[in-house]
Amino acid sequence: MTMTNIVIVGATSAIARALAERFINGASFVLVARDADRLRAIAADLTIRGARAAHVVQADLAEMSDHVRVVHETCAAMPSIDLVVIAHGVLPDQARCDADVDYAMATWMLNADSVVSLMHRFVNLLIEQGRGTAVVISSVAGDRGRASNYTYGAAKAAVTAYASGLRTRAAAHGVHVITVKPGFVDTPMTSHLKKNPLFASAGHVAGDIARAIARGSATVYTPWFWRPIMSVIKALPERIFGKLRA
Amino acid sequence: MWTSDDAPLLAFGQGRSYGDTCLNNGGMIVTTAAMSMALAFDDQTGIIMVEAGMTLETLLRLAIPHGWFLPVVPGTRYVSVGGAVANDIHGKNHHRRGTFGCHVRRLELLRSDGQRMVCSQHAYADMFAATIGGLGLTGIITWVEMQLMPIASTTVTVDRLKVGSLDEAIDVQISTDHAHEYSVTWIDTTAPERSVGRGHVIRGDHAEHGPRSTASLSRQPRLTVPIEAPNWLLNRATVATFNTLYHHRQIGRRTVFDSDIVPYFWPLDAIARWNNLYGSRGMIQYQFVVPLEARNVIRQTLLRLRRAGVASFLTVLKTFGSIPSPGLLSFPRSGLTLSLDLPNQGAALLRLLDVIDAMVIEAGGALYPAKDVRMSATTFRASFPMLDRFEQYRDQQFSSTLWRRLTLEQP
Repeated sequence: MTMTNIVIVGATSAIARALAERFINGASFVLVARDADRLRAIAADLTIRGARAAHVVQADLAEMSDHVRVVHETCAAMPSIDLVVIAHGVLPDQARCDADVDYAMATWMLNADSVVSLMHRFVNLLIEQGRGTAVVISSVAGDRGRASNYTYGAAKAAVTAYASGLRTRAAAHGVHVITVKPGFVDTPMTSHLKKNPLFASAGHVAGDIARAIARGSATVYTPWFWRPIMSVIKALPERIFGKLRA
Repeated sequence: MWTSDDAPLLAFGQGRSYGDTCLNNGGMIVTTAAMSMALAFDDQTGIIMVEAGMTLETLLRLAIPHGWFLPVVPGTRYVSVGGAVANDIHGKNHHRRGTFGCHVRRLELLRSDGQRMVCSQHAYADMFAATIGGLGLTGIITWVEMQLMPIASTTVTVDRLKVGSLDEAIDVQISTDHAHEYSVTWIDTTAPERSVGRGHVIRGDHAEHGPRSTASLSRQPRLTVPIEAPNWLLNRATVATFNTLYHHRQIGRRTVFDSDIVPYFWPLDAIARWNNLYGSRGMIQYQFVVPLEARNVIRQTLLRLRRAGVASFLTVLKTFGSIPSPGLLSFPRSGLTLSLDLPNQGAALLRLLDVIDAMVIEAGGALYPAKDVRMSATTFRASFPMLDRFEQYRDQQFSSTLWRRLTLEQP
């Protein structure tokens, strides 16, 4: 399967960049993110490394009213879309969320509402053209609410459930939706966290996503060992799970 | 702006140096792996500008399809461009192309006071000379602009000649280097004393024929050494067996064949984490250079290691040409360089290396800081006469484990 026209929302994220590298040769990209300077640098990097073209769409994705423009500008830049990657998000500070609901809701807006809105709009577009693949980066954190990151986890749970429904609807129209659930990934988003052997590199995660795209998987845990871990964690009764203080 | 007084800084690329040049015990390291973008590339002139954290492999993957290659490549492609500059590395073609730094046109240096300096031979020339081979101590190299070398294909024509003695190896290298892009001698360190220095002089040239492909670059290593082997694995007997088999695998005196760039330049990259073969004690990579007329130091080194029962797994001899190295602390200088992979056998080996150090310094040679873990501050000072000048350009907030060891400065 060749991926020629690729849209990446949240293109400055480390996982998105690593994934773009997998598809560089001969591909055209539309890169969407907030930081214009960084976007231009990434577009230049991809072009130098063999991409046919890289268009830049600058947008603050927290502004839901701007999403229609993002979709329009993408359509203007490429005749059809083979692959859409929705990769934007923030990792909130849970202690701050606990005390400051406004902050918690701002991160919720970005991690849940904004991701769902863009995923839905782009999947509708793919359904219209009758083909294509959409990849959304959710998280293992969405599999169970934990005291240490429930604001983030619950937003990802919303994304996971929404994507699961969209996948079933889209499949009937020849469109494939993939939910990616990374565990800990060593990226700027987690630079403040102490690293342990569970951390994977963005390149490793991108490799797993590329394989999932080629195979047409529905949900991919990356690295793979999170699938058995999360199946145990999901099965634990609340009164036991709560005592783990995870 | 970096204001902390108690935590010295150091940029850390891919961590592939053999010694402690990229370590900063008790200090802070700034990892550069995420700083790996291509900033500009002119496929007509072969001038490329990349962020310093980009690995040589990534650079080659983008340059080769346009017919360009790095003019200097080391023994692994998994190092960063910034690290290659900071250690002013060399390759098998030093006699033709000099060091990596010879091909750097410009670089940007980020100093601890927040100043960004674009250094070249024309602007901040002294800082440029201090930064090339400057062991990362002049600041963080953020990007590098360099001149690539054109190639027609990714095939290398290899010409391998068996030699029976050290003198023959050196004479063949000196008399035929000019005719080849690449030239090194692999030495069988376990040969009997009467034929010490026997081995293969391996010459190579980029071929005009054959494909120009990056497929082999992208292939992941097929073999991995997942855990540390027992310390006895690489002992005198197993190393001797490997060396003897390698020496005799070539039946005839001379063979000429075509090779892909990957097995030719980076045979060890085919085995992921090969360092685990040395076990928990690890290995000491020992490399020095002496003037051409001091070939006896090479002979004495091989003989003494042999008599001490120390078998080097991989031993390489090469001539360094006369192209001056651009850095104040660059290691390569005209002469003969010998590198040895020694299983770390402890105190007796370290004492022997101290003796060899003294012979090297006596002959007017130098040890390679990028690979060093054990030389003395006196040895370092004796072989790098520009040290005091370099100190004027070092960023005072930067230091490394190596630097403190070699200048006896406490952290």
